[in-house]
Amino acid sequence: MNKPLRRIAIFCGLLVLALLVRDNWIQYVQADELKNHEGNHRVLIARYSQPRGNIIVDGQPITGSAETGGIDFKYKRTYKDGPMWAPVTGYASQAYDANQIEKIEDEILTGNDDRLFFNRTIDMITGKKQKGGDVITTLNRKAQEAAFEGLGDKKGAVAALDPRTGKILALASTPSYDPSKIAGATSKDKEAWLGLQPKKSKDDPMLNRALRQTYPPGSTFKVVTAAAALENGKYTDIDGPTDSPDPWKLPLSTQPLPNEGNIPCKNASLRQALRYSCNTVFGKLGDDLRQDKVREEAEKFGFNETIDTPVRAYASVYPEDMDRPGNAMSAIGQFDNRATPLQMAMVAAAVANDGKLMKPYMVDSLRAPNLNTIEQTDPEQMSQPLSSENAQKLQSMMETVVKEGTGTSAQIPDVTVGGKTGTAQHGVANSKNPYAWFISYAKGDDGSPVAVAVVIEGSNTLRGDIAGGKLAAPIAKNVMKAVLETERDK
Amino acid sequence: MSSSTTNTTTISTAGPPSRRNTELAMLVFAVIIPVFAYANAGLALSDEMPSGMLSYGLGLGLLAAVGHLVVRKFAPYADPLLLPIATLLNGLGLVLIWRLDQSRRLAQRAKDAGMAFSPSAPNQLIYSALGVALFVGVLILLKDHRILQRYTYISMVVALILLILPMFFPARFGARIWITLGSFSIQPGEFAKIIIAVFFSGYLMVKRDALALASRRFMGLYLPRGRDLGPILVVWGMSILILVFETDLGTSLLFFGLFVVMLYVATERTSWIVFGLLMSAAGAVGVATFEPHVQSRVDAWLQPFEVAKNGGSDQIAQALMAFGSGGVFGTGLGQGNSDLIGFAANSDFILATVGEELGLAGTMGLLLLYGLIVERGVRTALAARDPFGKLLAIGLSAAFAIQVFVVAGGVMGLIPLTGMTMPFIAQGGSSVIANWALVAILIKVSDTARRPAPAPAPTTDAEMTQVVRP
Repeated sequence: MNKPLRRIAIFCGLLVLALLVRDNWIQYVQADELKNHEGNHRVLIARYSQPRGNIIVDGQPITGSAETGGIDFKYKRTYKDGPMWAPVTGYASQAYDANQIEKIEDEILTGNDDRLFFNRTIDMITGKKQKGGDVITTLNRKAQEAAFEGLGDKKGAVAALDPRTGKILALASTPSYDPSKIAGATSKDKEAWLGLQPKKSKDDPMLNRALRQTYPPGSTFKVVTAAAALENGKYTDIDGPTDSPDPWKLPLSTQPLPNEGNIPCKNASLRQALRYSCNTVFGKLGDDLRQDKVREEAEKFGFNETIDTPVRAYASVYPEDMDRPGNAMSAIGQFDNRATPLQMAMVAAAVANDGKLMKPYMVDSLRAPNLNTIEQTDPEQMSQPLSSENAQKLQSMMETVVKEGTGTSAQIPDVTVGGKTGTAQHGVANSKNPYAWFISYAKGDDGSPVAVAVVIEGSNTLRGDIAGGKLAAPIAKNVMKAVLETERDK
Repeated sequence: MSSSTTNTTTISTAGPPSRRNTELAMLVFAVIIPVFAYANAGLALSDEMPSGMLSYGLGLGLLAAVGHLVVRKFAPYADPLLLPIATLLNGLGLVLIWRLDQSRRLAQRAKDAGMAFSPSAPNQLIYSALGVALFVGVLILLKDHRILQRYTYISMVVALILLILPMFFPARFGARIWITLGSFSIQPGEFAKIIIAVFFSGYLMVKRDALALASRRFMGLYLPRGRDLGPILVVWGMSILILVFETDLGTSLLFFGLFVVMLYVATERTSWIVFGLLMSAAGAVGVATFEPHVQSRVDAWLQPFEVAKNGGSDQIAQALMAFGSGGVFGTGLGQGNSDLIGFAANSDFILATVGEELGLAGTMGLLLLYGLIVERGVRTALAARDPFGKLLAIGLSAAFAIQVFVVAGGVMGLIPLTGMTMPFIAQGGSSVIANWALVAILIKVSDTARRPAPAPAPTTDAEMTQVVRP
């Protein structure tokens, strides 16, 4: 009977071999995939097994970590002034993953980043717990407060930049939410999470309006149209008369493009047209330039492109295949073109920075737990939408708007401020409350330290009172003041 | 002694060395390793040496010592590796179960389900002691394994009763494989596998010639006569019935595989293997088509992550992630999260804890330990001098191998999960006790096999017929 016995021995050997091969397959070949599988709870357990690093504004953390005493998660994320900073931080939730900076810089915050390998090894040898690194942001607390408080219970967003570097100084979005309330994994957190979903809450508080909502830019887009006109040599003298009839009919149509109110727009100079926000002048300008030229200029300002700050800002749009009336309407920001608040802040910033557009960013540096800087973001030029000369002409035009045009409520004593208002019609046949826009910059002796865009989607204000100048400009003014004050204190 | 009496045959008067001291030395390791593992797990879990350290070490040492002394006295020529490996596996199992007892997650889970969470390690220690007691009992009372031949048909009846009984008791976790009496429950399948091996050995020893020779050739296969084929069909039918009524795929696979292996060894006819594979395939496909419990397990095997995502059982997915998270070297005892698997973490799925906390290295080591037990069993079968002993040893070894393969393969997602226990390691009294008995019988067979033959009576005839070589 020994021959079959030997064969059975081989059979048993094969069974064991199959197990060994399978074991190598799942524990060696597939190990990483299984380890980081989306269903693998260990990823979260590890993420919350030590305090997370912090997100820092002006040297102070705006986040924290609290011990929970729970089984799976030892620590929980906490936020200081959560609703105010939510558009910057995003959330880190035990149950619902994370987003924005919390997600993008997760490796640094948890301390798992490869660049922290040396730190981790030292900690392991000395028996210390792994620590997370910090994310230092470019934001300015006072500017953010001014923006958030200015928006108050209105629905809207503010984006402010330092035109010289592209540093994001304020990024507010209302209504907002408190990420602390969804940081845990309890039923309370679940309830809060469900309450924040767009289905439940039509205000969509988790939407980051400053980066991820595009609005018709309204008259603020006239700045781009004006830049296109100057850059393409359509007009060189901003105080010379333009070839602009009033009333002016949209091309290929019999419909006249109306101006808002009774304003002197016939053959108005560019400066006057911007001051009074003449639809006829800029609509005709857009048509004269043709849409390729306007779009090219818009793209130089950053349209039709997503921007990673590193949190991704959605692309603002200047579409390609509009008909002529569509293009003319888009030139006054009223048709198919759409912009994020960040985009319009970039427009103001490029003008204020003598035509140079800096790439916006909000993570200044990443810091190891031992306070060594492991990555520093350097300012980077993104494009040159207009020449320095033309930029200064446009500045002069925008300053007129604030001095004696539609944007007088943004004036700051002893400071040069340039701006542009916008009131974008909204809804079918203009049925809904229009959006109120304001973009502006403030200028000191050494260039402009701040450019800001404010949009207000709607508020309790009576419809007739909604205008960029009335609603949005005071907020922009306060944000600019806050930045100027911190610049002065430096 | 002339050269003709060297150890080239299994029968000799000199015999191999008894190797009892080797066994003792190995047993020392088999006790020390789990004790260190226990200390390691305790330090990792609560930063202090576990309080039961001394009593655990002494307890395991005592069990090993008793086993060793009894083997020394009652089976002096037994294989020296079987007892140490069984002790090591049992000791590691206790550590793993103790480690899972400390899991706050499992305690919370029990609380959420409205049950009191009770640690399993103390019970397991008692069962281990009972197992070693049975081991000792078998060694002392079973003077010669051939005595078991006398109980061939009684074994059959007992095995049938054991297999059928659970049908009258309520199902637990979807399978009807328990006999529950109050708070006490046993899994008769574990004992049945030994008893059925005894029956097969006895039956086949008698019928092997009839099965092997009285058959017609048909298309290259030897077809046996109907009356010889009968019992095979009965066993096949029985295993299918177990599967259907008790929804116990593992046990039916085990019995059927066991029977095919033993038939093949007894008759030396390959056709039995072909028949066996065909019949088991037909049975498995048939049952898998009609039985929802089996179907869901096949689904969970084919697409563990889809099934988990869609609200089905996530055990396989969790086990795979535990293995993957362990990687090559593991997280270290007490530092993994294998308890995420849930209620079966310390029974069916205990291998996942090994995988996560001891890594690929530890799991392969463990699988090789099982392989070594099987190897020693097969070696015992090869060395055994009587067909009954050969069949019994190969039957028990194959049953052990198939069980390990079915459980480990199920947990690692190699084959569908069938719900059996990892011998010695998994929490469960029946399993530990039955497997100690299995090892005891193997040791007894190997003792007989390796025992030197009694020297032939020195007759003058013998002297004269002896070949004398220069």
